[in-house]
Amino acid sequence: MDYKKIGLTVGIEIHQELATQHKLFCACPPRLSDREPDYTFMRKLRPSQSELGEVDPAALFEFLKGKTIVYQGDNDTNCLVEMDEEPPGPLDSEAVDITLIFSLMTEATPVDEIHVMRKTVVDGSNTGGFQRTAVVSLGGEIEAMNKKYRLEQIAIEEDAARKISEENDIITYRLDRLGIPLIEITTAPEMHTPEETKVVASRIGSILRATGRVRRGLGTIRQDVNVSIKGGEIIEIKGVQDLGILDTVVEYEALRQSSLIEIAKILKERRVHTGSLTKEIVDVSMIFEQTKSKILKNAMNKGGVVLAVKLPGFKGLTGKEISPDRRLGTELSDHAKFMGNVKGIFHTDELPGYSISEKETQSLIEFMRAGEDDAIVIVADEEEKCKAALIAVVDRALQAIKGVPAETRAANPDGTTRFTRPRPGAARMYPETDVKPVQVTSERLEKLNEVLPEMPETKLKRLQKQYSLNEKLAKQIVDSDYLELFEELASKGIPTTLMAVTLTEDLTKLRRDGVPVETLDDQRLRNVFKLISEGAALKESLPDILTWLAKNPNKTAKEALNALELNLISHLELLEIVKKTVESNSQLIKDRGSRAKGALMGFIMRDVRGRADASEVNKILEEALKEKLAD
Amino acid sequence: MDENKLPGYRGELRDRLLELGVEIGDKLELTVNNYSYEGSLMPRVESYDDWHLVLKLKSGYNIGIAYNPQMKMRKIGIAPKPEFKPPPLPEAARGLPKVSIVSTGGTIASRVDYVTGGVYSAMTSRDLLSIVPELTKIAEVDADILYSIFSEDIGASHWEGMAKRAYEKIKSGVNGVIITHGTDTMGYSSAAMSFAIQDLPIPIIFVGSQRSSDRPSSDNATNLIAGVYTASFAPFAEVVTGLHETTSDTSIVYIRGTKVRKCHTSSRYAFKTVNAWPVAKYLDGHIEMVSDVYRARQGSEPRLLNKFSEKVALIKFHPDFSPEVLEYYINKGYRGLIIEATGLGQVNKNLWPMIDRAREEDMIIGITSQCIWGRVNLNVYSHGRELVERGAIPLEDMHSETAYVKLKWCLGQTDDNEEATRLLLENLVGEFNPRTPYLESVC
Repeated sequence: MDYKKIGLTVGIEIHQELATQHKLFCACPPRLSDREPDYTFMRKLRPSQSELGEVDPAALFEFLKGKTIVYQGDNDTNCLVEMDEEPPGPLDSEAVDITLIFSLMTEATPVDEIHVMRKTVVDGSNTGGFQRTAVVSLGGEIEAMNKKYRLEQIAIEEDAARKISEENDIITYRLDRLGIPLIEITTAPEMHTPEETKVVASRIGSILRATGRVRRGLGTIRQDVNVSIKGGEIIEIKGVQDLGILDTVVEYEALRQSSLIEIAKILKERRVHTGSLTKEIVDVSMIFEQTKSKILKNAMNKGGVVLAVKLPGFKGLTGKEISPDRRLGTELSDHAKFMGNVKGIFHTDELPGYSISEKETQSLIEFMRAGEDDAIVIVADEEEKCKAALIAVVDRALQAIKGVPAETRAANPDGTTRFTRPRPGAARMYPETDVKPVQVTSERLEKLNEVLPEMPETKLKRLQKQYSLNEKLAKQIVDSDYLELFEELASKGIPTTLMAVTLTEDLTKLRRDGVPVETLDDQRLRNVFKLISEGAALKESLPDILTWLAKNPNKTAKEALNALELNLISHLELLEIVKKTVESNSQLIKDRGSRAKGALMGFIMRDVRGRADASEVNKILEEALKEKLAD
Repeated sequence: MDENKLPGYRGELRDRLLELGVEIGDKLELTVNNYSYEGSLMPRVESYDDWHLVLKLKSGYNIGIAYNPQMKMRKIGIAPKPEFKPPPLPEAARGLPKVSIVSTGGTIASRVDYVTGGVYSAMTSRDLLSIVPELTKIAEVDADILYSIFSEDIGASHWEGMAKRAYEKIKSGVNGVIITHGTDTMGYSSAAMSFAIQDLPIPIIFVGSQRSSDRPSSDNATNLIAGVYTASFAPFAEVVTGLHETTSDTSIVYIRGTKVRKCHTSSRYAFKTVNAWPVAKYLDGHIEMVSDVYRARQGSEPRLLNKFSEKVALIKFHPDFSPEVLEYYINKGYRGLIIEATGLGQVNKNLWPMIDRAREEDMIIGITSQCIWGRVNLNVYSHGRELVERGAIPLEDMHSETAYVKLKWCLGQTDDNEEATRLLLENLVGEFNPRTPYLESVC
């Protein structure tokens, strides 16, 4: 795709959890809980009315959905503050410091006084119905691919509660994550290709890691991407957790928007206008009385109906692919699911199909008096749900006439996106009067400036030199989550190259193989390397040991050795084994002489792999063979 | 007038802003050290320092910028005029019960001005109904504002006014009265209303909230909706408070005005029943009676008895409590004192001589317990018996705040201390519970 031609413009917002002692507004530890909740409670949220006499459209939207929110709490990771039962404490100064450090590293201008705001969010992810957030600095820039990219602002905010499930009208959240400090970095919309977006995000990520004070692991960094093209809309895609798919997300969104613009063009050619679409919803259950479609049959058996609506001029378009494996029909379906709480829809571009017969399809088309260019959408469920779903379908189809609707989307693991809600109006923010503003004094900035961490490239050069690492390994370790651990262990004499390979390449490979490496915390890794430095295990065994430990999160490194039978055998034992092997292969040695060594080595190693160093075996065998041949 | 123009700004910075003709909400461009900021001027909290400006950026965020005389300051736009266009009211159904809402302070319902961040409370019935439209489906609601004061500023003179207004509303033939009230002293006011309007034909329900009504999570609307429903349909005719029973938005608990106490500084479930069962609960759109002992809704003629004495105090005994404190009240001519004693009702023997003196001056001394839950009993320990001998009156299971309000009321009804003492000990509106219930969770 010619991104210049379509006018692709991308901005990103990076949210990274900070490794502080406490949450942003209370003394709870900023970590997730891995145990059952101690209690649950139920809340409803109402949007507040603004001075304009309106409620925020996005806020109202969530409210009208009539959702009930269930929160799960536990005494380890939350207190009354997260429950919205106690006013917040002061802004955590450690989190402010880390945010200021990042600001100084990126030459941003800190504000003189940090004011905490309440940003209205009524999806239930914040118990108060708003997220607390504050701008810490403005401007700044980063360098990537020899180009400078401007930052717009750096903010500090509380992470939202963790969504556990959403069933029917009940959304369940866990409170552990609520209140964990996040730094939010907003770039200027200055990226114009998917690759560029990825590089900039990755650069910001490495500066964040260079502070040494960010949390790591899945879900601790999330990217929101704002993508627009000429004639499109700024679409906010929330929660891209995997940097690896960021470019794909941008690529697919550019594709989706151009496809939607293309569809609008075709609709215009077909002279479809907003007046062409009506919300005339028709009961077509009788057409499907004998249907083989289980979905339709089940719905009707449960007392439901099959309803249909005509989309004049949409034939061939509902089935048109707009991003890989997603059609305009998928978008209609997303809206139907959202507003009507139905399982999905069928449209005539995919019929006959899904066990709906040719004959049924024809009857439907005739019954609905659909013309040559018309599409029909059907849905089967309780009548009220069907109606809401089809109204949503028509509303979305109306937007297709204009092109790209403004909305908030979420990323799927394959890089495509799905509709989550209409885009909120201008951010609804008002001051958090319970938290006193924090002054950023020049003394504080000077103090932080004195201990500013190295930028990633400085660090890279130092690592190469100090630890004799090649550039690739040094880069990998700088980009990894283990830089601090690496430096700590290097100072204790653990071989640096071995460590760098293990902590980056090996762990990445294991993760790819589905090994739960996230259970390997610093302390466990420390103990594994200790085995090597003490000579209790061989470096070749590292992947096996790490795999076993990852799968047995409550066991120790020593236990891994026993379980894997990787305890080193003593020199004497080894001598004995070699001797026995030589004795029992007299004939072979007689036949082949010193050339028998290869085969013998193979026999012995099969026995002692992981428990003895091959070079040592080689040495002993050589001696023994020499002795034997001399006999 | 200038005072109101730039709230929170003082000194040189204020002069500079006035000079520029800047008002709150106006757009400013500030340049300092070659860095330019653009945003709207926001008000500043009065107690903060006088050398920072608060700007609202285009993104909606506020930031503080340090003022210095070298700073370049330019006015680049004027504030948009806030304009409130209330949404059309839902049509009121006919034949619904009538409920009067009397507001005494706090905010029943409010809206946020996203321009300045200000929170405005609903001042009229119309405002209220547009913010909580659900009410129109339950009752025909009229709302008016009696006071606009913080709950800690409410005292006996307000109780008198509150009782009078509620009495008038009852006389006007409504099905129920709601008094919205800040939560901190709600328990005192609900006790006061219990004594000040007797022979009630309908319920009087105190409603408040522990989360301000500007936030989506406010308990305000749920408490109010339940309150209006209960005022309309409850079978009881008592003064009660109605707030959240637990941290969930599931149930609202109605507690007799004389048996309720705020037991948590901030939680939704702060209001607890002391030494009694709650009267009722509102759950899933209906009322569930918890206690079968209550005054039923009836066609009785209410009596307005809204006089309270000013010469009553509530004091808390503590280790090393000085008799001089008692002496102060005696010398100041106080007519009654509630002493919140320890445990079953004991105080240090050092106080005995002063209690003797107080009794000589004809002061009524009531004894309650700082344990809150449970009943005082001055017969168990010798120190308790000494107090009774000296004429102190054990007040059974009545908790201190109610005892205080009741003594004020008793002495407001009569100048005759004997009669006041008789009233104090008579169970008038359920302030005494002869049977102490087992409550699994107190506070």
